[in-house]
Amino acid sequence: MKLWNRLMCTCRRRSPWLFHMNSGSCNGCDIELVAAITPRYDAEQLGVRLEGSPRHADILCITGPVTRNAVGAVKTVYGQVPGPKAVVAIGSCPATTNVFIDSRTLDGPLEKHVPVDVFVPGCPPRPDAIIAGIAQAAAILAERAGNTTAPAAGVSPAPASAEVNL
Amino acid sequence: MNITTALLRILIFPGLLFAVPAAWFFLWTERKAVALMQGRVGPPFMQPFYDFVKLLGKEIPAREGIAGALLRLWPLLAVSSAGGAVALLPVLPAYGGFQGDLILLLALLEMPSVCIIAAGFSSRSVFSEIGSAREAVLSVSYNVVFLLAILSIAASQHTFRLDAIAQLPASPLLWLGIVALLVCLPAKLHINPFSLPNAEQEIYSGPMIEYAGPELAMWELSHGLEWVAATGLVATLAAPHISQAWIAALVFAALSCAIVLLLSIVAAATARIAIDKSVRFYWQCTLAFAVLVLSSAIFVRFRS
Repeated sequence: MKLWNRLMCTCRRRSPWLFHMNSGSCNGCDIELVAAITPRYDAEQLGVRLEGSPRHADILCITGPVTRNAVGAVKTVYGQVPGPKAVVAIGSCPATTNVFIDSRTLDGPLEKHVPVDVFVPGCPPRPDAIIAGIAQAAAILAERAGNTTAPAAGVSPAPASAEVNL
Repeated sequence: MNITTALLRILIFPGLLFAVPAAWFFLWTERKAVALMQGRVGPPFMQPFYDFVKLLGKEIPAREGIAGALLRLWPLLAVSSAGGAVALLPVLPAYGGFQGDLILLLALLEMPSVCIIAAGFSSRSVFSEIGSAREAVLSVSYNVVFLLAILSIAASQHTFRLDAIAQLPASPLLWLGIVALLVCLPAKLHINPFSLPNAEQEIYSGPMIEYAGPELAMWELSHGLEWVAATGLVATLAAPHISQAWIAALVFAALSCAIVLLLSIVAAATARIAIDKSVRFYWQCTLAFAVLVLSSAIFVRFRS
């Protein structure tokens, strides 16, 4: 059983599948996320795969400052990702709502609605920073697999928020 | 074939013990070849294994009723039929098949595709229904050529036994049949240019969209086993007759790898073709193959 847990930790760390969600972003961070999986940065070396369905994903990558229209969608998609899961907030918008702060069309930042594990700040962040953030989220996932006995009472562990600086 | 050899073939070679690692290896080869063609480094060697174990450890969304039970059933059915198809391959000489095992192999090879269609429709998602419809249309078109090619080779020899067909000496008819089978393989394995059913940029994941965790792992495994079975079928047809068992096994593995590489390179070099063009390709262009194979089979049969 211990061996199986260790194997599961390794596998979760080495195989993060992403689902990309735009919650009202200006498309700047979205193209940087796409750049991260192009031949120049080649995130597939880490086992990263961009999936079409949130059901397949381990890591939810959210861009954008969470507009009012997007709140419901963010919550739905977060619920559709099967556990164990992690959330990576890409860009400054989901972290602080950035230059759109105090806008009446926003209901951000992201942490009001879903627990965020890793923030990748930047406007937009570089692809290297995004890949580093994903790797960190994968390590957090592996950690959660390691102490499966802890949340036995049905309580999910508090999000270990981290910030990526490159 | 008695019960011991049947069990050995299902469980050890060319069955599960060989086929599951081979399936992962082929999935890795495909991804790595595409990555190298695109000037990338690509996934590490153990990647399909990591993906499989990770998926086993994930949650399955709650599903109720008959539709939920069916959704759980399809991936298991697909894996078991693809595994059975691999076990039927006449890899080793003098393995002792049975009359009509070719028909069983063709049916088992077709099962995963039927399961994908059924799974898409039972998940009730719009995207998976589109994917299933595409898969159904595609399988109707490529199967004309696929089945005609194999059955012509079999008919020219008056037999439906796989080992008799595997031991055929090379002839123009056999090579024509092999080329026709190779043309059908990209559609059978859902890779470019015929990756329409799971076209991830258009219809998300197609029929797989509602699957998560262990069920998705079963789909991945059945896809890998389909790779082993389909390339293995062509490899056994193309392999020369060798009486020593271990050399025959090595030649089989090497030929399968070569076919996987060839298909991956084609997949990396081409873009996805629209559904009407794909269907037209199989009905028009490759029908010439089918007519040629069938007529030469009739010719061989009348001459003998």
